[in-house]
Amino acid sequence: MTSMNMVQALNSALDVMLERDANVLVFGEDVGFFGGVFRVTEGLQQRHGEQRVFDAPIAEGGQIAVAIGMGAYGLRPVVECQFADYIYPAFDQLVSAAARLRYRSAGEFNAPLTVRSPYGGGIFGGQTHSQSPEGLFTHVCGLKTIIPSNPYDAKGLLISAIEDDDPVLFFEPKRLYTGPFGGHHDRPLETWAKHPAGEVPAGYYTVPLGQASITRSGGDLTILAYGTMVHVALTAAAETGVDAEVIDLRTLWPLDTDAIIASVGKTGRCLIIHEATRTGGYGAELSALVQERCFYHLEAPIERVAGWDTPYPCEFEWDYFPGPLRVGDAIRRLMAA
Amino acid sequence: MKRDSSLHLHIPHARFRPGDTADFSYLSLPRAGQSPCPPSDAQASATRDLADGLVRVIGDDGGAVGPWDPKLDPGLALKGLRAMLLTRIFDDRMFKAQRQGKTPFYLKCTGEEAVAVAQALALRPDDMCFPTYRQQGLLIARDWPILDMMCQIYLNPKDRLKGRQLPVLYSARQAGFFSLAGNLGTQFPQAVGWAMASAYKRDTKIAAAWIGEGASAEGDFHQAMVFAAVYRAPVILNLVNNQWAISSSQGVAGGEEASFASRAVGFGFPGIRVDGNDFLAVYAVTRWAAERARNNHGPTLIELFTYRAGAHSTSDDPGRYRPGDEYQHWPLGDPIERFKAHLIRIGAWDEARHQALVAEIETQVDAANREAQGLGVHSNGPHHDPATMFEDIYKEMPQHLKEQRAEMQRLRVLAGRAPS
Ligand SMILES: Cc1ncc(C[n+]2csc(CCOP(=O)(O)OP(=O)(O)O)c2C)c(N)n1
Repeated sequence: MTSMNMVQALNSALDVMLERDANVLVFGEDVGFFGGVFRVTEGLQQRHGEQRVFDAPIAEGGQIAVAIGMGAYGLRPVVECQFADYIYPAFDQLVSAAARLRYRSAGEFNAPLTVRSPYGGGIFGGQTHSQSPEGLFTHVCGLKTIIPSNPYDAKGLLISAIEDDDPVLFFEPKRLYTGPFGGHHDRPLETWAKHPAGEVPAGYYTVPLGQASITRSGGDLTILAYGTMVHVALTAAAETGVDAEVIDLRTLWPLDTDAIIASVGKTGRCLIIHEATRTGGYGAELSALVQERCFYHLEAPIERVAGWDTPYPCEFEWDYFPGPLRVGDAIRRLMAA
Repeated sequence: MKRDSSLHLHIPHARFRPGDTADFSYLSLPRAGQSPCPPSDAQASATRDLADGLVRVIGDDGGAVGPWDPKLDPGLALKGLRAMLLTRIFDDRMFKAQRQGKTPFYLKCTGEEAVAVAQALALRPDDMCFPTYRQQGLLIARDWPILDMMCQIYLNPKDRLKGRQLPVLYSARQAGFFSLAGNLGTQFPQAVGWAMASAYKRDTKIAAAWIGEGASAEGDFHQAMVFAAVYRAPVILNLVNNQWAISSSQGVAGGEEASFASRAVGFGFPGIRVDGNDFLAVYAVTRWAAERARNNHGPTLIELFTYRAGAHSTSDDPGRYRPGDEYQHWPLGDPIERFKAHLIRIGAWDEARHQALVAEIETQVDAANREAQGLGVHSNGPHHDPATMFEDIYKEMPQHLKEQRAEMQRLRVLAGRAPS
C-alpha cells in the first residue's frame, strides 16, 4: 500500500494498464510530454514511449472518433478530455457511434474506449471549467458512466473501465484530486494522506463496475451520492447528527439497484444529491427508481438537492454549489416529514 | 522487391524542451519587402506563395519596404504604438492582481500585441470581431475603457457580465466585440454567420474572427472555412500561430508539413501568412483582406506567425515544457520594440517621448486599477447580488427558476450570508 492522492492513483492505474496490455494507448490534449494540465499522465510518455502516450490535436470529436476506430481494430484507447465542459464536440461520436457500434453491427464491432475527464466545480473556473454533464451520458443506452470519490476507487474503477469491452465515460471530480472536500470552501484544505481511501495498492487490482459502496452505514435515511457530493453528504450527516446511510454509487451506469433498494427499504427515507443541474439530471432517474421499487417503504417524499438550473456562475460558486448547509437542511426536512 | 516496412505512428515533437537551447534557424524567413502584393480580388491560386511565405514590411534596419508597406499615417501609427503599450502594461498589472488573489484568473497576450491592435486599426470601428481570449488588444485599440475590463476581471458590482464569466471572457457589443466563449473554436463559424447576415442585409460591414493554431484542429475551424468559401462571406478568418497551445507545439495541430495559411487555397480562397510581430505587415494584410471582403470578393485566411511570450495563463508554468529563454531566441523579435524602432528610424518618434508615453500609460493603468479595486475585487468583494445568477437564462424567468432563487435566498439567510 502506498499513500496516493487521486491524481497519483489515476496515474498509477494508467501506468499499470500500459504495462500489462500493449493494446492500451493514452492520448489527449497536453497529456504527452507535459503529463496533462492536472498531471494525471505525468511521466507516462517517458516510461511507455511516445507511440503509446501522446498529445492530440485540440479536437475532442476527432480524439474520440479515432479512439472508436482504434477500439474497433482491437486497441483499448484511453482519451483524456481536458475538461468535461469540452466534451460536447465529441457528442455525436459518443452518442451515435461509440454507444451503438456493437448494436448496429450485431456484435461485429465494438468500441472499448475510455474517456477520462475532470468534472465539477470548486475551482472558480466559471461556466466552462465546472460542469457536471454526466446526465447527458447516462441517458444514452450503450454507454457506461463512472464517477469515483476517492483514490482507491479511482484506480480500481479506471482499470475496470479500461478492461471493459464497452465505451466508458470516466468523470473525475477535480475538486477531490488532491484531497477530500466536505463542501466548506472556507476551511483549510485536506489531503488524502490521512484518509483510509488514500491507501492504494501499487499494482493491479480492480473495483468492479456496477457495485455501489456504503460509505457510512446508518438507519435513519439514505443519501444517494457520487463524486464530490459523497464527501458533502458525510459532512452534512455529521453536522445534523442524523444517522444517515451514505451510498456512493461509484458507477452511475451500470447501477447497483440492489444496494439502493436494500438501503431505502431499511431507512424509509431517501435524499438524492448531485452537483449537476437539477432538471432532467441523473437524480431524476434515481428518484423514479426509488419511487418504483421502494414506494411502500417510504415514510417521506424523496428529496433531491442539486445544482441550480443555471450555468455555473464564476463569482457565485459557493452559492451555487450544493454544500453541507443545503444538504443538511434537506436532511432535517426529510426527518421531520 | 522491397518488403513492406512495418508501420508506425509519426508523433510530432516540439523542437525544444527545457534544457535545450532554442535555435530557430530552420525557419526560412524571407527578408522584409520580398513578398508580392496581388490585387485584393486575386484568386486563391494567386496567393499560394503568400500562404507558404511570410509577408514582412519592417526590415532589420527599421525601415519599411516593399509593396505591402501600408504607408501608415503617423497619427494612426502612434495610436497603434500606444495601444500596444497599454495592452502590455494592462496585462502585467492584471497578472499581478491574480497573484495577489484579487482575481481568480488572468491571461496575457504578451508578444502578440501587434495582432489585435494592428488588425483593429485596419478594420472599421463597426466591423464585428469574434475574438479568442488573447485579443484584448482589440478592445484597447478601439478605445474601450480599461476600467470596464478591470471590473470584469475583479468580478465586482460594475462587471457588466454580473460576475458570471471567468475573468477575461469579455463581451462588449458596443465595441464590436462578440461575447467570448471558453469553448475553443466556436466563434469561428459564428463570425461567418454574422458576415452572411451582413451580406443578406446588403450592409457594408464585415466580420473578423480569430482562432489559435491549436484550436484550429477543431471541426469548427473547418466548418467556418467551408461556409465562408461556399457563400463568399465577407469575413476575415485569422489564425494566430503563436507556436504553442499550452504545452503542445504547433506541429500537434498539423503545422509541421504545411503552413496553416495554405489550407485556404484548398478551400478556394486566399491564404496569407504574415509576420505577426511586424505591426505594418499585419496592418497591411488585414487591410487587404478587409478591402476584399467589403468589395464582395469573399473571405481570406490570415495566419499570424508569432510567439506566445508568456505563460498560457496564470494556471500555467511553461518552464515545465519549453526552454525558459525560448522567446529570447525567437527570430521575429518583439512587436512593440520593432515598431518603436521603425518609428524612431523614420523620425516620427524618439526615446524620450517613448519613456514619457510609458510613464503616462503606467499612471493611467494604475489610476484605473485603483478605481476598479475600490469598486470591489474577487477576494473581498463587493460583488453583484448572487440572485442575479438566475437572470438571462431565458428572456422571461420561468417559475422553477423563481422558486430556486427564493430557495437560494432562504439558504443564504440560514447560512448568515444575507440579512433575514
Ligand atoms: C473545446 C475546448 N477544448 C479544450 C479547451 C482547453 N484549452 C484552453 S486553451 C487551450 C490551448 C489553446 O491553444 P491555441 O488555440 O493555440 O491558442 P493560444 O492559447 O495559444 O492563444 C486549451 C487546450 C478549451 N478551452 N476548449
